[in-house]
Amino acid sequence: MAASKPDLAARARAAEFLLRRHRLRAAEALPWLAAVLAYFVFPGHLVFGSQLLIMVLFALSLDLILGYAGIVSLGHAAFFGTGAYTAGMLAARCGWTEPLSGLLAAGAAAALVGWVSGWFLLRYRGLALLMLTLATAIMLQELGNVRADITGGFDGLTGITIAPLLGRFHYDLYGHTNYLYALAVLFLLFLLVRRIVYSPFGQALTGIRENVRRMHALGSPVHRRLVVAYTIGAAIAGIAGGLFAQSNEFVTLGVLGFDRSAAVLVMLILGGAGRLYGAFVGAAVYMLLEDYLAKLSPEFWEFGIGLLLVLTVLFARRGLLGLLEDAGRHFGRGAPR
Amino acid sequence: MQHLANVGISILFDGLAYAMILFVISVGLSVTMGLMGFVNLAHGAFAMAGGYVTVSLTTRYGVPFPLALAAAFVLVGAGSIAFERLLYRRLYAAGELDQVLLTIGLAFMAIAGYTFVYGPEPQSVKVPGYLGGRLDLGFGTFPAYRVFMIAIGAVLICGLWYGFERTGLGARIRAAVDNRAMARSIGIDVDRLFTLTFALGSGLAALGGGLAVNLIGLTPTFATQYLVLFLIVVAVGGLGSIKGTVLAALVLGVFDNAGKYLYPDGGGFFIYAITVLLLLLKPAGLYGRE
Repeated sequence: MAASKPDLAARARAAEFLLRRHRLRAAEALPWLAAVLAYFVFPGHLVFGSQLLIMVLFALSLDLILGYAGIVSLGHAAFFGTGAYTAGMLAARCGWTEPLSGLLAAGAAAALVGWVSGWFLLRYRGLALLMLTLATAIMLQELGNVRADITGGFDGLTGITIAPLLGRFHYDLYGHTNYLYALAVLFLLFLLVRRIVYSPFGQALTGIRENVRRMHALGSPVHRRLVVAYTIGAAIAGIAGGLFAQSNEFVTLGVLGFDRSAAVLVMLILGGAGRLYGAFVGAAVYMLLEDYLAKLSPEFWEFGIGLLLVLTVLFARRGLLGLLEDAGRHFGRGAPR
Repeated sequence: MQHLANVGISILFDGLAYAMILFVISVGLSVTMGLMGFVNLAHGAFAMAGGYVTVSLTTRYGVPFPLALAAAFVLVGAGSIAFERLLYRRLYAAGELDQVLLTIGLAFMAIAGYTFVYGPEPQSVKVPGYLGGRLDLGFGTFPAYRVFMIAIGAVLICGLWYGFERTGLGARIRAAVDNRAMARSIGIDVDRLFTLTFALGSGLAALGGGLAVNLIGLTPTFATQYLVLFLIVVAVGGLGSIKGTVLAALVLGVFDNAGKYLYPDGGGFFIYAITVLLLLLKPAGLYGRE
């Protein structure tokens, strides 16, 4: 069937709209410049820095699932943990110490878990979905506890050794290699996520988030799209988990716990969900506050994060980046869309 | 053989006592979630508050245990009204994500606050002598405290069933759970009804928290540690259904307890596996409305 003339014009406009959104903006270089700068300015804090980058990646994977596809999950740590244990056990139990292939395996294992669980779970919404994602993650945690002989249980999996990266770069005590390794992985996966959310597929995800009935009515394969997005998000979370295991050379079953699922959710919401860079801002603010307040007293930290969460929900629903955008608009310059 | 039967009975008995705690704490959550569709992850924090009130009153001020439990019910129930009016009310129309975030935030603040005041160590409660020993029930002797728990649970189940099914207030609550808009349009003040059930539910959670101290312990992480279990009871039983909550609490309580005795390493796994399976088949729970 040949497309009629106005149809073609409309398509051209739609393509132009997507391209315009996709175009890189100058401000987008900021986080990357900051990350590279931090490498030179804070050489003593690179261990913390690589943890931060890993959490950014983890939050980014949740952004795809929650911020774009609108899937509310309380069990995102399931994928982080799967990745962490895959990479960790490959190195500790199978003697597979090559880091990059270990990371790929971590992503693949988490993707598999995401695909299978997503296929079952994503037919549900609301409370049932919350409970199902939560219970799935805890089920994995309990499974790890059942086979504590292999996983090390809650005492942790020790004995992870990692071969030099690309056969050349050794992991040092100060985390130079780890930092750059995590940064490179984050950058590549960020490009992938950015590509996805601005693609027609990403538009369909946003459509499902905004109005699922309408997407059904339009004939969009809603369930399949959600499962694909969930699987990709799971894979990225798994890679973040793999990085975590490789850089700490230690994993405990805590990586699968509700606390970690809640923490990543808090980071994303704090920064702003559904806006790519929310993961960066949220994870950075969360981790810096944690580092600072937890040193004063762990109770301060927990109280602070709780209060921050309550205030965010009540007054800054679009996160810190949303606040920044509002401020920009308020002062008349108008934030770029 | 006789020994085996005895062990079986005592595991079942422990499970029943545990199930009663689950029921008493979860039932309020079930009704409030059914009534307003509000996902309240701070419910565990109200239960924990009840536990600490009971501990403080009995150990510091020498209040008798039953009186302390009653005080926990009243104080926490009344205190929860402030939370409902000031915070929860704003998010009734919001999505479940916002509700989850707000209430997780409250739970974190509660954990931090109680750690600050009471410290992270486990608390214990002074139980009167008549609840300390063992009781002969004819078919075996059982710890008196567990008998007491089961008795309280049974009384509460009957009382709640009667209140829910046989009184005007219960009829209004059921009507609002079934169809909020219709209930409003025939003149039921659903907002006030919700405040009332919220206070009642939080009070019951506090009562459960006070009872739980002697059975499963009390630390500031109580607020989130057992939350998943409460949520599972609610989700499996079906929102707003007392019958469902009773059944889910009994099944989960007895199985979880038996699993921990018989298969200490893997007991937890089966509970969650059963839960996932059940929710996949019946996403609205056993007695929930689709």
